[in-house]
Amino acid sequence: MTDLALPAAAAAERTAAPADAARPRGRALAYLQAAPLALVFLVFLVVPLVLTGIVSLWEYNEYEIIPALTLQNYADVFDGCLSADLCTTLRTYMSTVKFVVLTLAITLPLGFAIAYFLAFHIRSGTVRMGLFLLCTIPFWTSNVIRMISWIPLLGRNGLVNDTLRTLGLIRAPIDGLLYSDFAVVLAFVHLDTVFMIVPIFNSLARIDRRLIEAARDGGASGAQILWNVVLPLAKPGIAIGTIFVTTLVMGDFVTVGVMGGQQIASVGKVIQVQMSYLQFPAAAANAVVLLAAVLLMILGLTRMIDLRREL
Amino acid sequence: MDLSPSRRTLLKGAAALAATPVTGFPAVHAAEPVTLRYLGTAVNQSADIARKVKEDLGLTIEYIPVVTDEVTKRAVTQPNSFDLIDTEYFSLKKILPSGNLQGMDAKRIKLADKISSVFTKGEVAGKRIGDQGTAPKKVFYLEGQDSKKFAGEQTEWISLIPTVYNADTLGIRPDLIKVPVTSWKELLNPAFKGKASILNIPSIGIMDAAMVVEATGDYTYGDKGNMTKPEIDRTIKVLIEAKRAGQFRAFWQDFNESVNLMASGETVIQSMWSPAVTKVRAQGVPCTYQPLKEGYRAWASGFGIPKTLSGRKLDAAYDFINWFLSGWAGAYLNRQGYYSAVLETAQANMQPYEWAFWMEGKPAEKDILGPDGTLIETAGATRDGGSFDARMGAVACWNAVMDENTYMVRKWNEFIAA
Repeated sequence: MTDLALPAAAAAERTAAPADAARPRGRALAYLQAAPLALVFLVFLVVPLVLTGIVSLWEYNEYEIIPALTLQNYADVFDGCLSADLCTTLRTYMSTVKFVVLTLAITLPLGFAIAYFLAFHIRSGTVRMGLFLLCTIPFWTSNVIRMISWIPLLGRNGLVNDTLRTLGLIRAPIDGLLYSDFAVVLAFVHLDTVFMIVPIFNSLARIDRRLIEAARDGGASGAQILWNVVLPLAKPGIAIGTIFVTTLVMGDFVTVGVMGGQQIASVGKVIQVQMSYLQFPAAAANAVVLLAAVLLMILGLTRMIDLRREL
Repeated sequence: MDLSPSRRTLLKGAAALAATPVTGFPAVHAAEPVTLRYLGTAVNQSADIARKVKEDLGLTIEYIPVVTDEVTKRAVTQPNSFDLIDTEYFSLKKILPSGNLQGMDAKRIKLADKISSVFTKGEVAGKRIGDQGTAPKKVFYLEGQDSKKFAGEQTEWISLIPTVYNADTLGIRPDLIKVPVTSWKELLNPAFKGKASILNIPSIGIMDAAMVVEATGDYTYGDKGNMTKPEIDRTIKVLIEAKRAGQFRAFWQDFNESVNLMASGETVIQSMWSPAVTKVRAQGVPCTYQPLKEGYRAWASGFGIPKTLSGRKLDAAYDFINWFLSGWAGAYLNRQGYYSAVLETAQANMQPYEWAFWMEGKPAEKDILGPDGTLIETAGATRDGGSFDARMGAVACWNAVMDENTYMVRKWNEFIAA
């Protein structure tokens, strides 16, 4: 849901620009043009969010939601968080944030390297587009299938362990390959790197090649060009990619469930369990807290990079 | 989607507008075949049953396969999205108070008197069976057709007509476990460190944990299926300690996950469902559904009818349920290791050697085939857990919804996060 924040900002800009024109007729037209998108956001984003917020303040039992205001659901979310031992919510968020950081630490350099290679090292435009499309091929199958395909590879008696044993490198199988943090991060990198590649590639492709020539003429080394010219100009792409990966990992519970053997907590899983037990208000409270956490992280990112200016 | 009502309304409207009767219309409608939207878990839904009922009654069954929790959620939030529900008895504690189900008229169920005494009296072969948790007999009868309350004694109104039921225990890999497994406490035996699993379905997983706690002799619950808050805390604490010590390999949530864990050797001992054990064995991997001295955790599901169902669809639902109890389906389910509601009619539809193997716990006289013709056991094999009477008679508790369910779910999330 939060992915939509970006187009929303763009939409705001779109409405703001013609509004500067003093002519009232132009302004009315601008509003009219913005109206369909605004309506879509109102119906599919604002209204559900407001409803979620309201439901999170309601009481509930096993089979009904009672519209009576209470803060109990939030109290339950943060139950025990003031004591010395870590509470469930904090533990869950720490585990989720850990996956965000680890995934970013791998997908960012990886995505940048691939995008850089595509943008600067491939001369032919056709080959570049061909390779770029190649990156999207994994998306022709579903998320879950791509994840599940790891399981026979990583299992205790899986392909990797078998190969290592046949080669005589290990005696006992390595258990940590599957149903572990490693497996979860591996799957996230597999699933999410492309979300880094696409926006960074987009930024890099728009860099004026004359800038790089100028830098080279000025005597800059390759590393200096990368650090002082390419990287600053790639910042919007990096920021957008980071936002994509962050929001995807924060909200994901399927990957954590499947690859972590259901043993690793994730915020999404907590919400899912509550939903399946008809505890909608509790789930809504958790969803509101999750939304706040994601928004805070994105706010932090946009503090570092002024996206609207860069775009 | 069944569009006929809207079309009918449309035509009626058109007829009213033109002020002339649309001749022949009711006949056209009557000729339309009835489709029943059957909501339930995939386990109980079979294309063979749908095909057979189409042959016998001309009824079309449209399966809506979802997971157990989703059945409940749909029943409470979207009661108009199905015509027949196949749900577990313990879910009734959530569904019935929502007022979305109607009591079923025992007089319209031809074999109502023949339904197994497991449901009507909580007995097997005249012997009382464990009724901890949401035992079906506690929620079997309603006070009235529209009542939201369960009746203590026999009435004319039945909440759910049983489809299948069974007694669950631990599944083990006998080829990978060298010691004899006779008690639930083996689930947390450190010898199986990193190779054990339970289900990540809180209301069932905690019951298995309770069986383990009782088996260790640490604590005896008043009712495992209805714990107090301190009892929930105690049970979850045991689970958290085991998890932190690395006891579990993974948790499973659906049938196929449990099959894969066991068949691939990721786990050697785990809570399992009977047909899942059969499926592991069908892959050529040894797997035993191990009877344990503390007994079984049982479950049962049945057909319910939404309150909104009426007219021809309601008649069709009763027809289908009566057909279901009449034997063919019962035999079909018995051959998968489940138990059917009316045993006599199922027996009439099974070969004597099949009945002896599945229901009487006798060694198989001939090879035992599944309903789809696959070989399940070779001649001479005996069913795990013995006869129907031995197995259902040893039930210790039933899948349940606790009064402290909300608290339990919160503590379960704590366990997963630990």
